Amino acid sequence: MPESGTAPGLYVRLRQAAPFPLDVELACAPGELVALFGPSGSGKTSVLRAIAGLHLPPDALVRCGNATWTDTAAGHVTPPQRRSVGMVFQDYALFPHMSVREQMLAAMNGLARETREARVARLVAATHLGEFVDRRPGTLSGGQQQRAAIARALARDPAVLLLDEPFASVDRPLRDALHREFLALRHELRVPIVLVTHDFDDVTRLASHVVMLERGAVVASGSVGAVTASNRLPGVSEWREPAVALDGAVAAHDEARKLTTLAMPGAELFVPRLDAPVGAGVRVSIAAREVILATRRPVELSIHNVLAARVAGVEPALQTGSALVRLVAGEMPLLAVVTADAVEKMRLGAGIEVFALIKAMSIDTF
Amino acid sequence: MDWTSLVLSLELGVATVAILLPAAFLLARVLAFRRFRGSPVVEALVALPLVLPPTVVGFYLLQAFGAHGAFGRAVAGLIGHPLAFSFEGLVLASVLINVPFAVQPIQNALAAIPANVRDAARLSGMNTWQLVRRIELPLAWPGFATAFVLAFAHTLGEFGVVLMVGGSIPGETRTIAIAIYDRVQAFDEHGAGVMALVLLCLSLVALALTNVFARRSLRRA
Repeated sequence: MPESGTAPGLYVRLRQAAPFPLDVELACAPGELVALFGPSGSGKTSVLRAIAGLHLPPDALVRCGNATWTDTAAGHVTPPQRRSVGMVFQDYALFPHMSVREQMLAAMNGLARETREARVARLVAATHLGEFVDRRPGTLSGGQQQRAAIARALARDPAVLLLDEPFASVDRPLRDALHREFLALRHELRVPIVLVTHDFDDVTRLASHVVMLERGAVVASGSVGAVTASNRLPGVSEWREPAVALDGAVAAHDEARKLTTLAMPGAELFVPRLDAPVGAGVRVSIAAREVILATRRPVELSIHNVLAARVAGVEPALQTGSALVRLVAGEMPLLAVVTADAVEKMRLGAGIEVFALIKAMSIDTF
Repeated sequence: MDWTSLVLSLELGVATVAILLPAAFLLARVLAFRRFRGSPVVEALVALPLVLPPTVVGFYLLQAFGAHGAFGRAVAGLIGHPLAFSFEGLVLASVLINVPFAVQPIQNALAAIPANVRDAARLSGMNTWQLVRRIELPLAWPGFATAFVLAFAHTLGEFGVVLMVGGSIPGETRTIAIAIYDRVQAFDEHGAGVMALVLLCLSLVALALTNVFARRSLRRA
């Protein structure tokens, strides 16, 4: 529950039957990032546009903090320009005739000159746009345009940040760099953030919560940790290798061994030395096929992470002869894929105590 | 060389675009950004002067300007004389027949602005006036330049409607196009030739200037 006196974040409830069905409810607290995930045509962008006031379903309620932006039942609709919304469009939608600086200033109408200049300077530094600030969008690369679009969206100091596939039109290496930049920026933002994406990597790396849409309806939702650990993701589990995305924090660095210890819920993980201060939040992703199980604590192995865990369930996949083992190490959910033969040999079943072995190198950190 | 006619034509051109461009922008904006039930009908009406013979347009305008109609009587009462065969009548006729030349280029230029860019302007906090001034006008500017040149040049060259509605009163309704016709009728080939050449050069310069401006604004964008 939000503390009294603080904004309760963003609440959205939308229903429409035509031109395509939409039945969505979502909430996003300040500092959270909700990913709206689904295939194209599932209605994700319409939800984002409805929050911004660019789309008006016949039955809609959009509240942000203490402000009600849309309430069709009460016949109330705040026009888009009076909503405190920062939006990054899929194709960035930069103003072609304005420099990066002018775009930001244009989004800050009505503020004192010193405030506007100070904010431009701060955002330019945060988005690494220093040398490009006087250039027009046509002369910028895709990554620079994306940064400019984020800077313009943040220039208004919005109460909510909306991102429509901001990483869809850049190639993979650049996307990874932009992901890292955005993560750094995101920890500074104390507003609700809604991200539309069809790329589950965006969800794994950036989101705190996910709402999965299919033909306009919510088919799964929850924290990214719970949703990935459940591995019941319609439209995703069929092709995505099972992996659990979890949040932890840097507990200590071991400079001599070039390792970092992460504090996870009820457990510790060793990962290769991270470039982050002690206390910094870290998202880890552990693929189920990288987790090895042992019934006794092994000795003399290269593996750094040997976690005592309890089996919560075993789901055999008949076609492949493999099985998905659900584990809990401390309070940390894990998934492991092993052969059906191993399940048989180790007599794996709910309640069995095992050790989960994970190479430090096999843990992805973001 | 009939300088009075040339000056009258230039005055008519300036008056026409001064009235026409703002009105055309408002109409073009509606046609470019809104889909409504009657929009195909409005678009057809806008394009009508392109296909109607000028004499037909002139005939209907003359009917409307006449003292028999309510409109003609009302305007005559307002300005003190009938619209037919007056400069004011000529301006009104010129504005009406130039509607497609002004509306269509501006409409096309506005429609070329990506919808997301206008949405982004709204979400940057701009109201309609700021959206027009800071986004739509700067981006649709080449469309305005085209509209200006087409409407202005067409006004200088319009013959049929002017003759029907205005006749050929020196200093009042005798435009340069009419003056050229009068010279030819009077077998003054030299006089007609000089004026035709002036009109030709004016048109060329105007077109060249717009092309330069349009290209420059494209390069800036």
